[in-house]
Amino acid sequence: MANESVIGITVPETTAKVEADIAPQTDGEAYEIVRSKSTVFYDQYDRKAEGKKQTHYCPGCGHGLVHKLIAEALQDLGEQDNTIFVSPVGCSVFAYYYFDVGNVQVAHGRAPASASAIKRSCPGRMVISYQGDGDLAAIGTAEIVHAANRGEKITVFFVNNGIYGMTGGQMAPTTLIGQKSTTSPWGRRPSNEGYPLHMAELLATLEAPIYIERVALSDGKNIMKARRAIRKALEVQRDDAGFSFVEILSPCPTIWGKGPVEAQRWIADKIVPAFPLNVFRDHSPEPLAIKETEPPQRSVADVLGIASKDVARGVVRPELAHRFQGVKIKIAGLGGQGVLLLGQLLTEMGMREGLEVSWLPSYGPEMRSGSAHCHVCLSQEPIGSPVVSHPDVLVAMNEVSMRKFAHEIVHGGTILYNGATVPADFAAPDAQVIAIPASEIADKLGSTKVANIVMMGALLKETECLAAGTAWSVLQDKVKKLDLLELDRKALNAGRLFIDEHAHIGALDQPDGFT
Amino acid sequence: MRQLCKGNVALVKGALLAGCRGYYGYPITPASEIAEAAALYFPQVGGTFLQAESETAAINMVYGAAATGLRVMSASSGPGLSLMQEGISYLAGAELPCVIVDVMRGGPGLGNIAPEQSDYFAMVKGGGHGNYRNLVLAPASVQEMADLTILAFELADKYRNPAVVLADGFVGQMMEPLDLEYREVPQPEKPWAVKGTPETRGNLISSIFLEPDGLEDHERKMEAKYLRAQEAEPRYEMSYTEDAEVLLVGYGIVARIVHSAVEALRRQGVKAGLFRPITLWPYPSKALVKAAAHVEKVLVVELSNGQMVEDVRLALNGKVPVEFYGRGGGNVPSVKEIQEQVLGRVAAAV
Repeated sequence: MANESVIGITVPETTAKVEADIAPQTDGEAYEIVRSKSTVFYDQYDRKAEGKKQTHYCPGCGHGLVHKLIAEALQDLGEQDNTIFVSPVGCSVFAYYYFDVGNVQVAHGRAPASASAIKRSCPGRMVISYQGDGDLAAIGTAEIVHAANRGEKITVFFVNNGIYGMTGGQMAPTTLIGQKSTTSPWGRRPSNEGYPLHMAELLATLEAPIYIERVALSDGKNIMKARRAIRKALEVQRDDAGFSFVEILSPCPTIWGKGPVEAQRWIADKIVPAFPLNVFRDHSPEPLAIKETEPPQRSVADVLGIASKDVARGVVRPELAHRFQGVKIKIAGLGGQGVLLLGQLLTEMGMREGLEVSWLPSYGPEMRSGSAHCHVCLSQEPIGSPVVSHPDVLVAMNEVSMRKFAHEIVHGGTILYNGATVPADFAAPDAQVIAIPASEIADKLGSTKVANIVMMGALLKETECLAAGTAWSVLQDKVKKLDLLELDRKALNAGRLFIDEHAHIGALDQPDGFT
Repeated sequence: MRQLCKGNVALVKGALLAGCRGYYGYPITPASEIAEAAALYFPQVGGTFLQAESETAAINMVYGAAATGLRVMSASSGPGLSLMQEGISYLAGAELPCVIVDVMRGGPGLGNIAPEQSDYFAMVKGGGHGNYRNLVLAPASVQEMADLTILAFELADKYRNPAVVLADGFVGQMMEPLDLEYREVPQPEKPWAVKGTPETRGNLISSIFLEPDGLEDHERKMEAKYLRAQEAEPRYEMSYTEDAEVLLVGYGIVARIVHSAVEALRRQGVKAGLFRPITLWPYPSKALVKAAAHVEKVLVVELSNGQMVEDVRLALNGKVPVEFYGRGGGNVPSVKEIQEQVLGRVAAAV
């Protein structure tokens, strides 16, 4: 794109200079005429073997002019080395053949998403998303709206020519009502294809954008306006102010079937009335009305919980001789009964006692529909399947759960049931069933919420699979509120005591470190 | 030190240890804890977490961040991965390294949220358009959720290609002890990256090669690196294979259930063994051929209607009868069920 106009009109000359063409600088508005192209463009274009000074754009196409205005602005702002140009799918897919900057070519419509992440990965750099109307206003509608809504500090140049150029003239979301295209052969009919989409206005309904303007390449005066808008948008980004967007109504003479001059006139006569030129948003970033909480800054090791060399939490208690090879526990009940937590506590205890452990929950809607269960494996050996299909111990926090899972229990296993008595019609499998009124006990202690800890106390006493002392140390680490911790201590004790006093297996003599 | 950790959370911890500082994703059960852990951890260590408007946007954000040379990731489950396939094809085509996690759930369509292994075809065989491969790793434990994620970042950079951690709902949701040690992770230089600096000016990230010869050259170059990966990267684990008469093949959570079944079968006097692929692409075909050299029968177990079994059959190429047992919909076979399957098939063979 040399300095001659591609669309047959007088194009304002650039203020950009090249080294070979130094002229005395004047103050104020005056600018000098430099017959050379911006240094932001490559000297030669490798798009085609022939014609290395020419772009691939058709005569009279607006892309060349928009490219030129952007290149000149980048040069004037001194941003060439800092710029990452994101090119879309469409006629400008090959923009990287022209712009001597960092270039990323992306998928159709996704440029604002990719540009968002590029900017967040390279803060302070100039990131430009250059898109056509099919790319931005059809397939990429979600991406542009959300990038704008997040106030991404990028600049989007939206070249709107109301047609799909590269694929040969199909309807665009911005095609005018009545305008013919290969996919709207009778002209765009709102009853079938809806109305032209006004992206600048749409984005201007959002809070975050800093600058939104629509301009037109319809004549010299408007091209000057476009030039200013492009510079302004880039300045907004340079100043780290926020999201800037310029919609450029641009000619596509080839697909429109018009000469370059006629095409420009058509913009003024037909497109501008449908897409009014306006500055829809122009303000400085305002201080946030809402106070945000900044995330604390920590080291990776700290965040991962591996900062400390202290192994106390992973304590191995070799003095505890586990009497089993492995114990499989299923815990089931209603959501809110602390079913999953009880399983996690037992698993954590097992780990601290040097066992191999696993915990597997039921998850998702099942949990939210009211029931929950989890599988806990404690083993001397590495655990194969974490799925407990046949538990040694079933902790049933309610009757439904007991009835649902009792049939799975192993021969001679144990069912701990949260209830005053085992329901009379419950056909017990070949297992001992112990009814523990855990909710009642917990209620008397002060909160039904600790019924799960009552059950834990009972389970530990009854099965001796893990030490109550370990339970206490885990609770001390996990429960931060002192009053709740005290409640947990009482609940743990009460569960143990209940087994001591009521269960047919008497108190056990193995010291387990809990007082 | 040892900590009790959920698989999905361990994966994020592994990513942080690998030096990943960009996470772009969209929530979905059973992978949401990955997004939640990333949201909690990444901003605290100077990284970026962004909840995208869709998986489509998320994967293209990954594309953008990867283009700058950053270690970056996303995670989802089946339906989200379907949306990401376009972007994964672009990432592969543009030779951008990144890690993508699929915590598989039941499908097709909305399916359900219970564990399945039915995305094998989608992630291992492609899913997106064009000539490309994903490097695919299949963890079977919480520890491996972290370890294989670290490896995934290394392989992604080594081959300039997307690497996939293909987990399932169980491995993602379960808690186990996790051993992590902090160490500095060396990251390779990426002179090709676009960073908006004078040194990287003129760099181009693109997957478009309009001239037929240009695209063919590009595809051949990619194929050459895939061949290198096939030589260097297959990983697997074997137990009880030395004298095995029946070889069971399973990956992910299934491998653990099968492992328990194999031990139970051994106690019953059945010489069963387990071959567990860790890399699903490149598939450890040579090792499988060796492991199956003297067995009478191979039984592939999957939480699908039979997807990986095709790679087993390709590898063994008719040398050994390959049978299949699959469960779906979120039903997971019990140890006993697999045991019975083997006993029934061995008896049938006699």
